[in-house]
Amino acid sequence: MLSRTAAHLYWIGRYVERAEFTARLIEATIRLDSLAHTPAGKGAWESALAVVGAEWSFAATGAEQGPAPVSRYMTLDTTNPNSIRSCLDHARSNARAVRTALSREAWEAINRAWLGLRNTHNTSGGPGTLALLDQLKAEARGFEGALHRMLRNEASFFVRLGATMERADNTARLIDVKYHLLLPEGEKVGGPIDRDQWTTILQTVSAVTSYRWLYREGLRPRLVVDMLVLRKEMPRSLAASAEEVVSLLNLIGKRTGLQGEADRLARLRQAALNRATLTGIIQSGLHEWLSAFIADNARLDTAIAAQFRFA
Amino acid sequence: MRLIIQHATIYSFAEPQSRLVQLLRVTPSSYAGQNVVDWQIDVDCDARLKAGRDGHGNETTMLYVNGPIRRIRVAVAGEVLTDDKAGMVGGSPEPLPPILYTRPSPYAAPDRAIAEFAAAALADAGDPLGAMHALMAGIHRRIAFDQAPPANRVRTAAEAFAADKGSYLDHAHVMIAAARSLGLPTRFVSGYLFRSNDDGPRRAGHGWAEVHVPDYGWIGFDAVNDHCPDANYVRVATGLDHGEAAPLLGARTGGGSEYLEVSVSVTAPEVTA
Amino acid sequence: MTERRAFDEIMGQGDEADGRPEFAALARWIRETPLGELQRRQAAAEAAFRTLGITFAVYGEEEASERIIPFDIVPRVFTAGEWDGLQAGLEQRVLAINAFLDDVYGERRILSEGVVPAELILANPQFRTQVAGARPPHGIYAHICGIDLVRTGPQDFFVLEDNARTPSGVSYMLENREAMIRLCPELFEMFAVRPVDTYPDTLLETLRSVAPGHGGNEPVCVLLTPGHFNSAFYEHSFLADNLGIELVEAADLEVDDDFVWMRTIEGRVKVDVIYRRIDDDYIDPLWFRPDSMLGIPGLISAYLAGNVALANAPGTGIADDKAIYSYMPEIVKFYSGGEARLPNVETWRCREPEALRYTLDNLDKLVVKLVDGSGGYGMLVGPTATAAQIEDFRAALIAEPHRYIAQPTLALSTVPTLVEQGVAPRHVDFRPFCLTGTGGVKIVPGGLTRVALREGSLVVNSSQGGGTKDSLVLAPPRERQAQSQFQFQGRG
Repeated sequence: MLSRTAAHLYWIGRYVERAEFTARLIEATIRLDSLAHTPAGKGAWESALAVVGAEWSFAATGAEQGPAPVSRYMTLDTTNPNSIRSCLDHARSNARAVRTALSREAWEAINRAWLGLRNTHNTSGGPGTLALLDQLKAEARGFEGALHRMLRNEASFFVRLGATMERADNTARLIDVKYHLLLPEGEKVGGPIDRDQWTTILQTVSAVTSYRWLYREGLRPRLVVDMLVLRKEMPRSLAASAEEVVSLLNLIGKRTGLQGEADRLARLRQAALNRATLTGIIQSGLHEWLSAFIADNARLDTAIAAQFRFA
Repeated sequence: MRLIIQHATIYSFAEPQSRLVQLLRVTPSSYAGQNVVDWQIDVDCDARLKAGRDGHGNETTMLYVNGPIRRIRVAVAGEVLTDDKAGMVGGSPEPLPPILYTRPSPYAAPDRAIAEFAAAALADAGDPLGAMHALMAGIHRRIAFDQAPPANRVRTAAEAFAADKGSYLDHAHVMIAAARSLGLPTRFVSGYLFRSNDDGPRRAGHGWAEVHVPDYGWIGFDAVNDHCPDANYVRVATGLDHGEAAPLLGARTGGGSEYLEVSVSVTAPEVTA
Repeated sequence: MTERRAFDEIMGQGDEADGRPEFAALARWIRETPLGELQRRQAAAEAAFRTLGITFAVYGEEEASERIIPFDIVPRVFTAGEWDGLQAGLEQRVLAINAFLDDVYGERRILSEGVVPAELILANPQFRTQVAGARPPHGIYAHICGIDLVRTGPQDFFVLEDNARTPSGVSYMLENREAMIRLCPELFEMFAVRPVDTYPDTLLETLRSVAPGHGGNEPVCVLLTPGHFNSAFYEHSFLADNLGIELVEAADLEVDDDFVWMRTIEGRVKVDVIYRRIDDDYIDPLWFRPDSMLGIPGLISAYLAGNVALANAPGTGIADDKAIYSYMPEIVKFYSGGEARLPNVETWRCREPEALRYTLDNLDKLVVKLVDGSGGYGMLVGPTATAAQIEDFRAALIAEPHRYIAQPTLALSTVPTLVEQGVAPRHVDFRPFCLTGTGGVKIVPGGLTRVALREGSLVVNSSQGGGTKDSLVLAPPRERQAQSQFQFQGRG
């Protein structure tokens, strides 16, 4: 397979995943905003921006912080390189360049999502936005389904590899921000706002029900972290992502007969996660641990690009 | 005359480049009036060099470097013995007939102003050789020589003719365009010039025009100095215009900007000593 | 000329209802198939083309802005005898084109012997100085030629244009046939039609045959496209898929050590043959246009070193230049030793004073073309032009006569075509595709028929409202058929 084709496929995976994650994040934030009393609402949108690393770029637009401007910025703004619209633009143009490598169904899902957003020019940031986000999530699910029905060849492996790498990054950022930025001054850990915020996180990764299945106790921050970092049963957890990256790289390696730096880094990370304990992570400092994870993930991304000659 | 040439080009990149590919036309050939005694190309990093020859008969060298690379120095040095032939070129390898050099080329397409300028020169002089000398003198008077090395973008002959100062490229391209507008085969020559009153290394090589004059053959015309090349000139490469005879053309894979540093020195030990 | 009805390839020139006896069955099919049924099938074919993405025109923001070239459901047919004559003429022509290219980029015998004026070749920008003196692997330059033919009578075929650079349209030959077999199977029972689907294999075999050297490994061939925004991208991806070779863009290739490499996830793979669909000007920014974003730096160096075959080779444009066209009969004779089997359309070279005078005197009867124009632009069709258009051309001709040639307005043959009012004759031309490798010239029996859909129009270019038809070549009568198929397999 041409390196360029592989690169396009990988980025399709990353951008569709990023678009879907952003959609979930906005959706959960709208919910949190409507539950909480001020000033938690403002904090909700602030932290949504922090999760996607867009506090500064949003501030630079000069817009007021608030539901409508932030959700518009994260959904539709073309000057925001990570808005859902920008992600879908990138996903679609990558898909168009390798259209013959994708199944028709997979292409159509991306194209429909792109078309769906193309004529939308405003979002309220309130419940009205939810319908739009629902539609986007449905298209993303459709894409994922189409991907699983595609031939099990390098093409599907590279898309999934991109999606998994992106997912690991997104989940890590989500936990990190909650742990450090969210709670308004004067609010108690374990208070109602705190609880709402943890629920929001679970909603963002669509894991509210899973949590109840896994843990008999009520909502405990420790356990949410445990679930999102260490539980392999949870598809969006860091451990599950790390494992999937290793197995996708193995599948690609079996086809090409080559292994490299990316395989080594991915296996190291998987081994480290297997050894890790929740107590150990929290004692070493969750923020520090997550920052290291995000940096490792970026290194692995670079190694993947080098190993398959993306650039 | 014995001329010693040292020509170094340094490229520095703001970001590391993953690959470099360069096409070099920096090797002069020997013929009547020019004898290359010694000539070398040195590159200061791991590179693969492949020699070849282009359609004009120029010796070419392809340079391939795999990165990451932030800086590369390509140094050319050698020794050439030259004779004064009053601009006449004899015995040089000529794989292509003169008629080819009547066609317009991107940098040397004549516009109306240049064509009128050339026609007037021919009318005054009466014969092609006289007209060429008149054109050379006319361009010399009209365009002041600018010491600064040629800008990133090479100007067309028409742009150069409209300006009041310019580089050797501008002088040569106007000369080529003017001579071609009279139907005479004309080409660009890149090379080196020894200046006895030299004030240290320069930041560019030199270039001039050659016209195929009926009954005489190829003759060089250097409008910068209003002078036909003599023993102070070393011919390196020829082409329809600078685009086909440039000493270094490069392509790179990688982002960021690029800084270019050129240093050329031509010395004549017997003269300077 | 205009009073006489043009020769119709199916109906002939007579008034018999069934037209030419050899195609009587087709004439009946046209007459007896209900118009609505023909329209339905044509719409079905066009819908299929749209779904497949066989589109032309610029890739815009909207999928809907892509056009398909209109397809006509009524095929054009050649008898076995007609095809044999064409094939012999085409073979002679493309062999001469290759010999001419080898000569002008090498010894230049044809110039020193004065057959073609040296200035016309050497001072022509299509003569590429970059590759002068270089010989491609196996001495073959124009591996893929699309020769445009027109017809004025039963035996009267003329070459209108030689396309020796990157001729396109072969995907229409293949897709039109697919559509016809699906939608009009009865025609293929009615006639023994020779297949065209051998084209991809024949092309691949041709490309492989011209790989440099004779290394034991199977040569690696790729198709180089400018990218998915190019108007012919569909054809590029269609051909790459059908040949089973990689469809590459410039970024996929790199030159190192004067060899060409393809970047894959398994590492670098050496490339031996590049079927390139990028013009010379854009193919290598170091040797051609420095502003090209589509090119591969050093590709020409690899070619000059003999390490890669480019199909077609750089510089083939000198063979199909309109200024050279009028010399083609002499060129064919010079290299083949015999008269050209396929004549040119009579051509006045306006650079010659007498020809210019004749042209200026007869502008209302002639077709005047710019020698460096293409696609039907820069062209005057005298009989249909307005007085103002004629005067514009007169001025242009007087100012720059060397840029123009003139030809008589030919009574181009027609083929029955489905138009709004029913089935009516429309003018056509024909582009067969000739492949030249070390095994000689191979021509798949078929080609691209372009049809001018407007009544009376002679302009078939798709940019000017032309459409396409399937072109059926009939197998020879039974006893000869077995023999010729055997020969075909023997060569394949």
